[in-house]
Amino acid sequence: MAVLVIADHNNATLGAATLNAVTAGTRLGDVHVLVAGKDAGAVAEAAAKVAGVAKVLHAEGDQYAANLPENLAPLVVGLADGYSHIVASATSASKNVMPRVAALLDVAQISEAIEIVSEDTFVRPIYAGNALATVQSGDKVKVLTVRGTAFKAAEAEGGSATVESIQAADDAAVSRFVGESLSKSERPELASAKIVVSGGRGVGSSDNFKIIEGLADALGAAVGASRAAVDAGYVPNDYQVGQTGKVVAPQLYVAVGISGAIQHLAGMKDSKVIVAINKDEEAPIFQVADYGLVGDLFKIVPELTETLKK
Amino acid sequence: MKVLVPVKRVVDYNVKVRVKADQTGVDLANVKMSMNPFDEIAVEEAVRLKEAGKATEIVVVSIGPKGAQEQIRTALAMGADRGLLIETDDEVQPLAVAKLLKAVVEAEQPQLVVLGKQAIDDDSNQTGQMLAALMGWPQGTFASKVTVGDGEVEVIREIDGGLQTVALKLPAIVTTDLRLNEPRYASLPNIMKAKKKPLDAKTPADFGVDIAPRLKTLKVSEPPKRKGGIKVPDIATLVDKLKNEAGVI
Repeated sequence: MAVLVIADHNNATLGAATLNAVTAGTRLGDVHVLVAGKDAGAVAEAAAKVAGVAKVLHAEGDQYAANLPENLAPLVVGLADGYSHIVASATSASKNVMPRVAALLDVAQISEAIEIVSEDTFVRPIYAGNALATVQSGDKVKVLTVRGTAFKAAEAEGGSATVESIQAADDAAVSRFVGESLSKSERPELASAKIVVSGGRGVGSSDNFKIIEGLADALGAAVGASRAAVDAGYVPNDYQVGQTGKVVAPQLYVAVGISGAIQHLAGMKDSKVIVAINKDEEAPIFQVADYGLVGDLFKIVPELTETLKK
Repeated sequence: MKVLVPVKRVVDYNVKVRVKADQTGVDLANVKMSMNPFDEIAVEEAVRLKEAGKATEIVVVSIGPKGAQEQIRTALAMGADRGLLIETDDEVQPLAVAKLLKAVVEAEQPQLVVLGKQAIDDDSNQTGQMLAALMGWPQGTFASKVTVGDGEVEVIREIDGGLQTVALKLPAIVTTDLRLNEPRYASLPNIMKAKKKPLDAKTPADFGVDIAPRLKTLKVSEPPKRKGGIKVPDIATLVDKLKNEAGVI
């Protein structure tokens, strides 16, 4: 049977996370992608070009404009009969809707799978990534979210799927979108960046975060932060890397002024290379860092930035 | 308005857990247990709603072993009015928790259910959404601000790119994110008073809910260990290593 992948999108462009979900989906069967949105034709076209996608289902309606789970879940449930698996990348949008889908289907949901062992068996992290559980589902339809960083992105070009319009479901009319405020950034997106530079409490202030941004720009990196830096108001909370923020696995992760609490490590310890810059040589971050530099970040980071610019 | 707050007894967030040698799970013997941090935020939010005159009664429910009474007492000491323990020593997965909570919601008729966004043991992030689905109620997940209005609740949600505001018709489900509030500590007098507050005990069978796990855990293993790194003496060495040894810049 086929696999239904729920597209992550903003009605204008296909979210990068969808490409990771497609890769996970192709391990399980023929991949059909659902694009539900408002004026989302371009997204459906983009999804049809993704390598490995066999068919795109496109549902149009005002009720899908803002990803409200009360409207999206019934649409997905209505399609579930033809599918063995329903898969999405573990973005905030799909974490919101997928458990609602699972409960309506009376099946369990597998959260943030990092490995597909077989069509019914998956590996997922528990206890903030300090243990890995291998779980087997006996349910007829497997509803799962996959951790984007654990699956390679499918090629965005090369596919030639057909786009099929499908009937929208009724507006549940119990919730409505009021507004949103999105952080503006010219830097790469945190979850998919190849290099991430993160600052913690040691950075000291919002102004001081500029030196973290300077280093990030010298490396072409995304900027992240520990919870301490977010709570202290140095940066907006969508910068947060960790168990309750974003999980990243870049080629290079530079942790500046971050002690390395369990909850932070949960979000970055699968990075290929970790660099720690910290004045406390006993900081736990040095236990996971490939390269550690002990010293004052206010001296080291600007010098490092200058060296890299040369 | 009555508010229902489900809380979970979990291993304390500061504990570094160990996987059992036989790979059947993590070792929880003699480990400090606490209320799930996101649930403390949920209790705090309910208490603030009561203090603001929006909520009239706060009922706390927990599903788990007898020891979970401690977490209910903590919530009562924070300001909740009464507790309910659905006692079981079996593993109860999110779908089964949601079904039990549905039965509690039907009996108690709250207008608002406030849950944590995820438990720090299974990291599922499912129960609130599943309960909303089973009730057919709207959901405001990952809330960083909750404003109860007339027949409606407005929720500011933390999403990947920033914040989203939604308005939900009551009754509704809200799940808390870390930045919703700073939970209070229970004072000693309130801890003493909480001992006198009512705490009912039931079992899953009382609600006629089948709690058999749908996901079978085949094994629990240690994540691969990172190889110990090195400390470099200066910036020049660091840049050289990143360029020539690791090849990442």
